[in-house]
Amino acid sequence: MTGSTGTAPWDGPAIYVEGVHKSFGDVEALGGIDFVVERGKVLGMLGPNGAGKTTAVKILTTLLSPDRGRALVEGRDVVRSPAAVRELIGLAGQSTAIQEELTGRENLDIMGRLYHLDPGTRDRRAAELLERFELVEAADRPTKGYSGGMQRRLDLALSLVARPSVLFLDEPTTGLDPRSRLGMWDVIRELVAAGTTLLLTTQYLEEADALADEIVVIDRGKVIAAGTASDLKNRIGGDVVEFVVVERDRLGEAVEAVRPLTDSEPGVEPGAAQVSLRVGDGGSEALVETVRRLDAIGVHTEGLGVRRPSLDDVFLSLTGHGAEEPEDGPTPRGRRRRPAAAEERS
Amino acid sequence: MTTTALRPVEALDVPRPPAGQLLRGAVQDTMTLTRRELRIWFRNPVFLFFTLVQPVIFTLLFRYVFGGAIPVKVPGGYVNYLMPGIVAQTAAFASFGTAISLARQLQKGVIDRFRAMPIARSAVLNGRLVADTIRVAFTVLMILAVGYAVGFRFQNGFLPAVVMVLVGIVFGVTICTVSAFVGLAIKDEESVGSFGLVWLFPLVFVSSVFVQPSSMPGWLQAFAKNQPVSIVVNEMRSLALGGPLVLHAWQSALWLAGIVAVFVPLAVRAYRRAS
Ligand SMILES: Nc1ncnc2c1ncn2[C@@H]1O[C@H](COP(=O)(O)OP(=O)(O)O)[C@@H](O)[C@H]1O
Ligand SMILES: [Mg+2]
Repeated sequence: MTGSTGTAPWDGPAIYVEGVHKSFGDVEALGGIDFVVERGKVLGMLGPNGAGKTTAVKILTTLLSPDRGRALVEGRDVVRSPAAVRELIGLAGQSTAIQEELTGRENLDIMGRLYHLDPGTRDRRAAELLERFELVEAADRPTKGYSGGMQRRLDLALSLVARPSVLFLDEPTTGLDPRSRLGMWDVIRELVAAGTTLLLTTQYLEEADALADEIVVIDRGKVIAAGTASDLKNRIGGDVVEFVVVERDRLGEAVEAVRPLTDSEPGVEPGAAQVSLRVGDGGSEALVETVRRLDAIGVHTEGLGVRRPSLDDVFLSLTGHGAEEPEDGPTPRGRRRRPAAAEERS
Repeated sequence: MTTTALRPVEALDVPRPPAGQLLRGAVQDTMTLTRRELRIWFRNPVFLFFTLVQPVIFTLLFRYVFGGAIPVKVPGGYVNYLMPGIVAQTAAFASFGTAISLARQLQKGVIDRFRAMPIARSAVLNGRLVADTIRVAFTVLMILAVGYAVGFRFQNGFLPAVVMVLVGIVFGVTICTVSAFVGLAIKDEESVGSFGLVWLFPLVFVSSVFVQPSSMPGWLQAFAKNQPVSIVVNEMRSLALGGPLVLHAWQSALWLAGIVAVFVPLAVRAYRRAS
């Protein structure tokens, strides 16, 4: 939707955040964050629970005002011109706009009415979105009976009724099963391909990696790293191929066989007969090659798999503490696996 | 840290839309949200039970089970004494839906989502208020029809009867403003479900709704005779059956205006703060 405010078109960044602070009583949720999202790009805001992601999203969507700093959406100041910001944005995620007594179509229709679309446009838009989010069959059933994945899809559809030019998705896949998560990723990719600017918050590195052009990592209200997904992964060493050698006495032999696959020293835990190889970006190729080489020398393995760096790994290498570790010292690498990281094992 | 230095960006100046456009938008949004609330109410069995089934149960219970044991001196007997009280009770209990619905929408984030949309800020609460008025009117008329079926008859002419119905509706909507505050302040559907109406029970039961307060022990009488529910019910009874209108009328008006003056600002403040 274009703003009815008659302002000149904006050619600056879609989102501009400068020195934003926000405290709730004694809790400093945001301690001065800066970032910029260019138009049509996807920013992944990556951080553990309590990092300040929702607070940042609420400020950018005019639900909270910052204590200090400035936030602009397509040039409109969220504090000075909230109404103009609201004309441009869509919001979905942890909260839901779905009313469970109403059907999918009715929920969409109400959004259309609230955006003052005329009846024809409303019906067309609802039909279009139901089709696109694979909700046609369920369209006229109360949403109470929808599965978690369907509810997230409908909720996203609700935020798209007015064709927002900047979309905010606050942890859109948290709590979804792996299949629904992948479905959600596809939907989000389509949106982005159509040119929507997207700010996506997530606790999963794979998600930011799969969807975002740029990532900001936030921890306790501060941006602790920013860059592309591969920048971040390179900083933490990339994918890891792991396996356990069944014939323990042949551990050394196995390590020598796979040594050429990594630039760094293979990690070996003799006790568990476990080998781990840092293989940079090429996880799958390295996995196949590992299988080939071990097969060639007749060594059997258990638990062979490629592990993507998790949020824990990112945090460990950036801050020296794990993602959910409040204060103290480093956690052993990969001690806690996030569920999504575990699903990636194959 | 790879954060590159920010290239400073100046904000656009955004002109405010004309007042007429804002007002039209506000009316349209209020209507949309009114329709939405009413539709939710019609689809939710719990809300329907509280507003439609429960009052019928109370009517039948007091008319046929307890009524025979409650002596009253009004023309037509206990059923005529009872129904103005039941109308007030029904109107007041209908406010349960207000509290639950607001708490739920706040908790789930629906209200936040509305606030991030370009809709009039006032529309959420105004839509509620209009929907509540329609809802209360609907239940009041429904319960009066049930009353007629079990023998109730207005004794004081047509116009006073109409005024009684209106007083009942205004009373119900007034209680809804208190409930709106309760729902917005508690913000949790389950707690509202358990405690959202607790404050209303003593007001409804220790009152002139079902029995004459003169039958209560002295210490209770003082409360039962002077609290707002009794005062409004006395007014409604005078309108329905004939009796001292004027005194009850200004007392009622004062109470209702006072409640609105306190709870509307409280509800609006709770709404603004809740996020
Ligand atoms: N309304 C609030 N009142 C008090 N503290 C809050 C409120 N909202 C968030 N916080 C606190 O601010 C911090 C950041 O929260 P949030 O932005 O929700 O993090 P995230 O979305 O990354 O999990 C947390 O410590 C949280 O407890
Ligand atoms: Mg959050």
